[in-house]
Amino acid sequence: MSTASTTPARSRDRSLLGTIIHQPYIWAVVALVLLLVINLVKDPGYLGVAVNPTTGNLSGNLIDLLRASAPVMMIAVGMTLVIATRGIDLSVGSVMAVSGAVSMEFMSNAGDGSVGTALAAAGLALAISAGLGAINGVLVSIVGLQPFITTLITMLAGRGLAKVITAGQNTSATNEPFRWIANGTVLGFPVVFVIAGVIVAIVAVFIRRSALGLMIESIGINPKAARMAGIRPIGILISVYVVSGILAGVAGIFSVASVMTVEVSKTGLAAEMDAILAVVIGGTSLAGGKFSLTGSVIGALLIATLDKTIVFLSIPSEATPAFKAAVIVVICLLQSQRVRALFARRRAKAAPTDPGAGSPRPTAPRKESVPA
Amino acid sequence: MSALIERPTSGPSDPSDPSGPAGGPHRTLLSRLSRLKPNLETLPTLAAVVIFIAMIVYGEVAYGRIVQFNTISNLFINNAYLIILAVGLTFVILTGGVDLSVGAVIAISSLVGVMLANAGWNPIVVVVLMILIGSAFGVASGVLVQYFNVQPFIATLAMMFLARGLASMLSTTPERLGDDSPLRSLSTEITVINGTKINDLVVTPNVLIAVLVVAVAAFVLHRTRLGRTVYAIGGSESSALLMGLPVVRTKLTVYVISGTLAGLAAVVYTSKLGIAQNITGVGWELDAIAAVIIGGTLLTGGAGFVLGSVVGVLVLGLMNVLITRDGSIPPEATTIITGGILLVFVLLQRLVVSRKRKT
Repeated sequence: MSTASTTPARSRDRSLLGTIIHQPYIWAVVALVLLLVINLVKDPGYLGVAVNPTTGNLSGNLIDLLRASAPVMMIAVGMTLVIATRGIDLSVGSVMAVSGAVSMEFMSNAGDGSVGTALAAAGLALAISAGLGAINGVLVSIVGLQPFITTLITMLAGRGLAKVITAGQNTSATNEPFRWIANGTVLGFPVVFVIAGVIVAIVAVFIRRSALGLMIESIGINPKAARMAGIRPIGILISVYVVSGILAGVAGIFSVASVMTVEVSKTGLAAEMDAILAVVIGGTSLAGGKFSLTGSVIGALLIATLDKTIVFLSIPSEATPAFKAAVIVVICLLQSQRVRALFARRRAKAAPTDPGAGSPRPTAPRKESVPA
Repeated sequence: MSALIERPTSGPSDPSDPSGPAGGPHRTLLSRLSRLKPNLETLPTLAAVVIFIAMIVYGEVAYGRIVQFNTISNLFINNAYLIILAVGLTFVILTGGVDLSVGAVIAISSLVGVMLANAGWNPIVVVVLMILIGSAFGVASGVLVQYFNVQPFIATLAMMFLARGLASMLSTTPERLGDDSPLRSLSTEITVINGTKINDLVVTPNVLIAVLVVAVAAFVLHRTRLGRTVYAIGGSESSALLMGLPVVRTKLTVYVISGTLAGLAAVVYTSKLGIAQNITGVGWELDAIAAVIIGGTLLTGGAGFVLGSVVGVLVLGLMNVLITRDGSIPPEATTIITGGILLVFVLLQRLVVSRKRKT
């Protein structure tokens, strides 16, 4: 808080630093930097990125981080849109498993390792993921079921579907083009990260450069008012769940492509929790309304970094959830009104003449700025 | 089923309803029925009971050996822990919250319990400690929800991660309870009715604990101030606050109840299986939530019954029995069927709620 307490005056002249510091995801950025510093203390060469002279590929821990964060980033972006409409999508982990199962089963049956097979497998997986998302969307918007319970049903059924598709087996396949998605590089960067970055950029431009983002937010803030303002919720709700399904499908392809095996009961397990975590860390409220795609991407990076750091510090990876819990609790406390009020009171006492200091969220409206 | 849904349309307020001014010998029965009629909240629970009976009849006709003592006893013995979990979650869901941490709390509580029991601790101290671990996680969730306005989903998700992570730090291999451990006595089978061959009516202390929990919970919810406040908060939290009800204290209490019962469920489960592991109880919170919803409790809170949740657990348990008996359904498809059943019940609830809005 010591950095924030010096900024109210500066934030009024809209300096870049002031804008960033008052973003809802500032604490995620702080935590991310903190984790990288911890790694740096353990190994001073941690952040080094080497260029392979023969292939031109970049290698290093940071590159591994980008690779690992891609699947979480995908489901977190989809989850952000769903949560912004006051919904939640618990089914993303199961959809990942279905997508992985479909693509692996298709490729192991097709047998040839051609590019066409890989594309067909990915296309089929994404189509089925979109279908599952559409089921969620229809049940939520037209039938009017609660998102929590709707997606709980598709989560249970989806996991079962993945197992039925592969007859309960962990199916593997060989297909070099498909494997390239996870292990290949473009201009030295991992393909998964490039794909993820492009998809995030497309979603961000589509949502923020059109009125779609505003409509999603208005449904989340007040569904009744949104309807009276002429926004038809059904189409928008179905589309956000379909987008969430497709992105979960992409994440499923990412996560099975690196090992070319789908573990039907493990692929994407508890991924929905990671995604929800990334969204909340990124400053989007689970109550819906205003959302921040940049925040969710940073949240996804933070989760991937946390996973990697725990392995790097040679703490058993099973203990990771405890550290995630610590991060959630700390960030939720920092975002909570009670703690903010406490800090605000202190600041007001320290500088009673500063008019901007008393308000806990001086730049809340600026959240509308277009995220990358 | 359609008859059930039709019934509320002719409520006692309807002057043309013949059953309204009832007299004669059927008076008590009819008046009881008419008391039920306007209470649309009972409808999903009644539907759960009907479906449970239908499943029993179908199972008996199709596979046989369902309506007999040992099948029924096993249904209760195998699901005692889930009944306890579902009762705890009923409280939380009635206030409009949710508790995702119960499965992970079972993992850490049973792991600690088995390790301490094997280290030679007094079994009573171990049991009390196991239950208190649950309470502690409940208090933590409740404080986060109530005092820091963290959404219940996120607060209990954090506790779920914390419990799972701590359990994994303790041990990642299955810990076996000693065969002579006094804890195991909770799963001693007591034969109540000695039937032919293995067809005995059997209960274990675990089942009795579950029954006691259900009875106490039903009493608390329907006959005490705490229970009324729970329903009031679920109906409308701001109204409850304006009425001067102790909303803050009650919301904290329901998470403590849920956590404590998760600790108790850990005792029951550990004594039955004798093995604890850091991955015990993955996804059980979802089973329990499914049972509560099948039992007719609205996820938005305010309406539902503890006994309904028990029926919900029995529906899920009987479904597993039927799938095993059938044999032709691949075990992989079990969760698809669970999802399907859940969908049917939620659609039914949806129907009820929309009807209620119209009247």
